[in-house]
Amino acid sequence: MPTKEQSLSLYRTMQVIRQTEEALARSHQAGLIHGACHTYVGEEAIASGVCAHLTHQDAVFSTHRGHGHALAKGVPPRELIAELFGRATGCSRGRGGSMHLFSPEVGMMGTSGIVGPCILQAAGAGFTFKLLNQPHVGVAFFGDGASNNGAFHEGLNLAAIYQLPAIFVCENNQFATEIAITYSTRNPDVWTKAASFGMPGVCVDGNDAGAVWRAAGEAVERARAGGGPTLIECKTYRTRAHAEGMRDGGYRSMEEVEKWKARDPIKLYAAQLTSQGQAASGELDAIAAEVKALVDEAVEFAKASPYPDGATATEHIYA
Amino acid sequence: MRDITFTAATREALAERMAVDPSIFVVGEGIGPRGGNFGTTLGLYEKYGALRLCDTPIAERGFVGLCCGAAMTGSRPIVDFMFFDFILDAMGELFNQIAKMQYMSSGRLTMPILLRGCIGIGSSAATHHSGSYYPIFAHIPGFRVVVPSNPYDAKGLFRTALRSDDPVLFLEHKNILHLKGPVPDEDDDYAIPFGLANVAREGRDITVVSLGLMLRKTLEVAEKLAAEGISVEVIDPRTIAPLDMDTILASLKKTGRILVVDETFAPCGIGAEIIAQVNERGFDDLDAPPARLHGAHTPTPYSPTLEAAVVPTPQSITQAIRDVLAE
Repeated sequence: MPTKEQSLSLYRTMQVIRQTEEALARSHQAGLIHGACHTYVGEEAIASGVCAHLTHQDAVFSTHRGHGHALAKGVPPRELIAELFGRATGCSRGRGGSMHLFSPEVGMMGTSGIVGPCILQAAGAGFTFKLLNQPHVGVAFFGDGASNNGAFHEGLNLAAIYQLPAIFVCENNQFATEIAITYSTRNPDVWTKAASFGMPGVCVDGNDAGAVWRAAGEAVERARAGGGPTLIECKTYRTRAHAEGMRDGGYRSMEEVEKWKARDPIKLYAAQLTSQGQAASGELDAIAAEVKALVDEAVEFAKASPYPDGATATEHIYA
Repeated sequence: MRDITFTAATREALAERMAVDPSIFVVGEGIGPRGGNFGTTLGLYEKYGALRLCDTPIAERGFVGLCCGAAMTGSRPIVDFMFFDFILDAMGELFNQIAKMQYMSSGRLTMPILLRGCIGIGSSAATHHSGSYYPIFAHIPGFRVVVPSNPYDAKGLFRTALRSDDPVLFLEHKNILHLKGPVPDEDDDYAIPFGLANVAREGRDITVVSLGLMLRKTLEVAEKLAAEGISVEVIDPRTIAPLDMDTILASLKKTGRILVVDETFAPCGIGAEIIAQVNERGFDDLDAPPARLHGAHTPTPYSPTLEAAVVPTPQSITQAIRDVLAE
């Protein structure tokens, strides 16, 4: 069980992600975001529950839906928002946008516009930590779509045979854009595939922050102790469209979306904390209000930030 | 100085660096106890063990992607592809991840990864074990591309590659791996920078640019033509990314004529690139149209008679030189 302080911190991280995403969705509608914007709304419990166990020396590799991972790993909302606004103050200095978020200073080793490579790179971080005898872990976040990609199978196999300190977190939100997991595999229980590689596999409710926190804690502890990698499947759902501005019908029913909205991970966790007496609702409201001020300030910061100088467009290709 | 093979030269450079840099590890198929299909890691497993001489499953995309993540977090991976053709299974990791990572992180990450493999046509290895493909990598921003032609250069360039914070492709032609040549004693720590061409033979009448095995063939041809009074200057760029055009243009200024000889394909190739830059920067020095002689634009056949027909030969190189001189 997390301590009260840990629980409140977990709740706050989810609030930071949710409120930042909602600010980004509004900003997209306002024309402030120049490219794609894939939000993490509905999946906040996963990044928050996993990253709660990580230090800045642990390396996170993420996917196209990576805002939540960056925020949970410690990228300030202002740097994320500024990046999507294409500003020089963004976490990738305006080179990346929504799908290329880098902040190696806090161990955020990048989101990616390509599905799959993060799995291999997290294994690679694990290789470094094992080679250099460092007590850190590599963590990959990826969707159910990646589980049918060769990178998943090659990466998990390599991590298993070398017993690397790596955690593979599959966020099964049940659709690869609009393709259902039940269409793209005859075995939609991703966690069971761990057995093919001789690796522990666990399945948790990805909308239950406490459950994610516990499963990730065990996996991280095992990895740090030299016990090798773990696959964690988190069953979840994104309650907004694949990307802002895209249609969200035809491939799933609005009834289904509403059913999952009712399982909002933030509301679920708030209810758990209050019913267990870990937090009073006033404490949670105060956190939400504090985060709102932070995100409001972050949007203003991003709006006021300069665009990068075009003359720097070919810098940093080589070391 | 002593005479050692091309492979022994790179192996010495690797061994000496592994001894002082614990972040170096090698991955590949059979590079552990076996010592590599081409002997590239012979004897190192016994010294450095299974993690640093790390045999892999046959999963090129997997271990290249793994090495990308390793390089991002503080180690220095070496991928030994055995046959360079096998790199093609990992192209997404190379082009979309490894080549772009420094840029996407605004220079806050480095990408010290060395990718080596054996290239080249000439031993009935057929089309999945004969490819070179290096112009494709030189086309992509982010890579360093090295194609040495002799043991001295191989060791000096390998040393530079082992200290580079950029991804380096180090390509070794199969038919020169066993070629012996003079290399300074082990305590001599010379290194050869990238982007510095070597004037392999001085001459007056024509400049010929070539790499790897083709450089060896060009030197043989130049020697024979000298007996006829034809003076050929031979330039070995040694790296094609970066490409030392200054040395090539200085040679052209002297000779007025230029031919590029290369085993890889002509379309969008190294000859096209060099000649385009000659046109841009050295047009006034040309006494004849610049020319290129490439391997045939075809997959590589197996039978010796077919194979010999798809690569430049001493005869075709000689003829190409005569053609440029006749203009």
